[in-house]
Amino acid sequence: MKSKAERPRVLLVDDYPDAREMYSEYLQFSGFDVVEASNGVEALERAIEDAPDIILMDLSLPVMDGWEATRRLKADTRTAGIPVVALTGHALAGISEGARKAGCDAFVTKPCLPEDLVKEIRKTLDRDASAAAKRSRRSGKYEKTIG
Amino acid sequence: MLGPRHAAHLAAAAVQHRTPKRRGAAATTSRRVRVTFPPRRDEQLAARVRLLEGFVGRTEVADCAQYALKWLGEALGVSQSICLLKPIDEQVLFAAAAYGFAGSSVTSFMVPLDEWGNPLIAALAGGRPALFPAAHSATDRRRRPATPFEDSAFQALPIGVSGFSDDAFGLLLIRGTAVHLRSELAWFGTLFGQKLDQILRQQALTEGDRRQGRERSLLHSIINAVTDPILLTDTEGRLLIANARALTLFTATEEESEGRRGAVRMNNMLLSSALSSKAIEETGATRRELLLVNPADGSDLLFELLSTITEDPRHGTGVVSVLRNVSDLRRASEEIEENNRRLRIAEVQARAESDRLNLIIDSVADPIVVTDAAGATSLMNEPAERLFTLQQMASGLQQRWVQANDAHFSSFIAGMLVSADRRRVGQIGLMDPLTGEAMPVEAIAGKILSEHGELTAVVTILHDRREAIEKAKLYEQLKQASDELERKIQAATADIAQQNELLRRQAIELEQASALKSQFLANMSHEFRTPLNAMLGYTSMLLQGVNGEVGQPVKRQLGRIESNGRHLLTIINEILDISRIEAGRMPLQVSRIRIPELLAEVKAELEPIILRSRLPVVIDIPRDLKPVITDRQKVKQIVLNLLSNALKFTHAGTITIGACQQDRDRTLTLSVSDTGIGIAPADQEKIFDDFRQIDNSPTRAYGGTGLGLSICRRLAQMLDGRIAVQSEKGRGSTFTLTLPIKGRR
Repeated sequence: MKSKAERPRVLLVDDYPDAREMYSEYLQFSGFDVVEASNGVEALERAIEDAPDIILMDLSLPVMDGWEATRRLKADTRTAGIPVVALTGHALAGISEGARKAGCDAFVTKPCLPEDLVKEIRKTLDRDASAAAKRSRRSGKYEKTIG
Repeated sequence: MLGPRHAAHLAAAAVQHRTPKRRGAAATTSRRVRVTFPPRRDEQLAARVRLLEGFVGRTEVADCAQYALKWLGEALGVSQSICLLKPIDEQVLFAAAAYGFAGSSVTSFMVPLDEWGNPLIAALAGGRPALFPAAHSATDRRRRPATPFEDSAFQALPIGVSGFSDDAFGLLLIRGTAVHLRSELAWFGTLFGQKLDQILRQQALTEGDRRQGRERSLLHSIINAVTDPILLTDTEGRLLIANARALTLFTATEEESEGRRGAVRMNNMLLSSALSSKAIEETGATRRELLLVNPADGSDLLFELLSTITEDPRHGTGVVSVLRNVSDLRRASEEIEENNRRLRIAEVQARAESDRLNLIIDSVADPIVVTDAAGATSLMNEPAERLFTLQQMASGLQQRWVQANDAHFSSFIAGMLVSADRRRVGQIGLMDPLTGEAMPVEAIAGKILSEHGELTAVVTILHDRREAIEKAKLYEQLKQASDELERKIQAATADIAQQNELLRRQAIELEQASALKSQFLANMSHEFRTPLNAMLGYTSMLLQGVNGEVGQPVKRQLGRIESNGRHLLTIINEILDISRIEAGRMPLQVSRIRIPELLAEVKAELEPIILRSRLPVVIDIPRDLKPVITDRQKVKQIVLNLLSNALKFTHAGTITIGACQQDRDRTLTLSVSDTGIGIAPADQEKIFDDFRQIDNSPTRAYGGTGLGLSICRRLAQMLDGRIAVQSEKGRGSTFTLTLPIKGRR
């Protein structure tokens, strides 16, 4: 999968298959490489195995919810550098705050049109790229650069 | 008097010249005289001259007598002699002089005048010489008086003015009874008696003079001791005698000050004129006031002048004046007058006070009785009089009631008088003097004590208890009623408490239900959105031709799906907002916000709609708007809503967003004005209700959920602000949001 290095890899975590499929199709249409997971545990496996550039994380998930999964990702040095965009249908107060506390870098409320989601992903990646550039200047651990 | 005194002086001088020679001669001639007795004629003469010379200048009785006895011894050869004299005022003869005795025993020899049996006293009283022959036996001795001569013969010769006469004042006792000396002794006795008489008279005279002088000075000091001035003046007013106090008023020496002398002159003039007035002559003694000047300090002195005319045959008529200082008296009398005046005022005041007291006592509705210490009524007010005194026109029955009242009260007072209590409260069963109705009264009696603790009066106030008893009865009824009421209230309260508890539970249940509802709505909107998300997502993808371009008719249908989906999403979002607000799950996030930036943001967000509407949207705000401390997101939501409403309901004209700061009540007003369709006054409140649009028909011309303004109003309330509308149908509307500048108040 790393052969398509110019296509940023998105790990899409959502338990609702229609939504997952829709976003996946649109993201690929928009030029992203997509890896999918349907719960928190899968998300952690995929994140380590497939090393995505960004993770889209639905918060209400079976087995392990999105908050817990995000905390674990951020606690693991292998995955801590990957930006996480939280995605939820719950717009109740406190949720976005909780997501940020868990380590999410951005927050998107469903319903979210595919094009809006793509805009948010690009924005987050741009922000992260400048941060990554700083990081890579400090240590050469990350060879990957995002064009 | 000059003649004899001069002669005596000369004689004394002659004696002194001769004395040394003669004494020496006497010592040698005494024995010779005895030998040559009877003396010759010339010797006899010389001796007589000697005696006379010796008497001249002797003024002391004892001295003179001593000289005379000595002469007797020397000239006549009398070896022993005693001169007994009776001093004035004493009833005893004592030895004034003695001659020829050894020792001093003779000087204490004396004979009391009341020893009538004593031959010496008999001789003195009889004025005749007595002879006492020498005693040879005890019998002889009993017949003669005891004398210093012891058993020797002697003779007693009375001494008087005219020789040995009956006015004798002394006895000359001579040793021996020689008859040949009789003539010489007679001469001597006469001379000696006269000489002694002269001396005694002289002494008496001197004594009298001295006594007179003493009396005079005593009188003077008495007069001077009198503090009132006392004066003796002659009929012309000239000062004859004055006491010390008078002298200070009426005399002054040249050394004293002019003022003092002037005062003295003035006093003399005043006194003279007072004394010379006719009054004295007519009445003899007068009293009148005389105002003089005190020479010491010039102050006025008021005197009462008492003048008495004294008639003295030797010194003529004089006036004795006594001045009594009455300045102090006058002052005292003025003070007394003043005190009297005050007393009168006090009396008037006391009377007024008493009148007032009476008025007060009379005006008290309760009967008041003042009783004296003996139990007699000394004062009572009108209500008391009605109870205790017989009224005219009273029937016999009424009289008995009054008498009964009086008896009851008297027994109460009697009890009070004998008790030691100072206050006593008691009940007396009186009767109404008009109706005979029982009239229980409460009697409150207090003793009034004098300063010394003596009882002076008892004041008793009677209080009619009928009303109180009636009231107590009523109160009891009232209390019963009130208790009843209270019981009912308690029952009702218990009921209410139960109801309240029920209500409280219901409220909790309702709250829980409401929370459940909100939770349900929140969940439901989530559940709505998940499928809607997919629907909108796929529609969007189809429209974008993600999987190949679609035809125009399909695109139009997909557009319908999309717009209806968006509308549904809006409704869902707004329902969610309302449920969040109502569930209290929309917290405030207060920060300092800048209104111009916020408005620009709102305008930018709605830019597509603005462009579509082709209406100018003008932001018209003052430059110096201060930042507002509030929840930015909520303000933005409100303004977004108001602006989108304005765009929706306006077809032509302008939309203006304004802002205005009121420093007075520290508020900020944001307004959105349009020139749209407007709202009828009757509908202006309804538009804030949930799901309300004026056109509620299924085919209503304008989109929207009808929840926007209701959310705006709720949000404004959360921010302590308010939303109001001003509108005219067909003219346009202005919605204003008013917010506190400094956040929540």
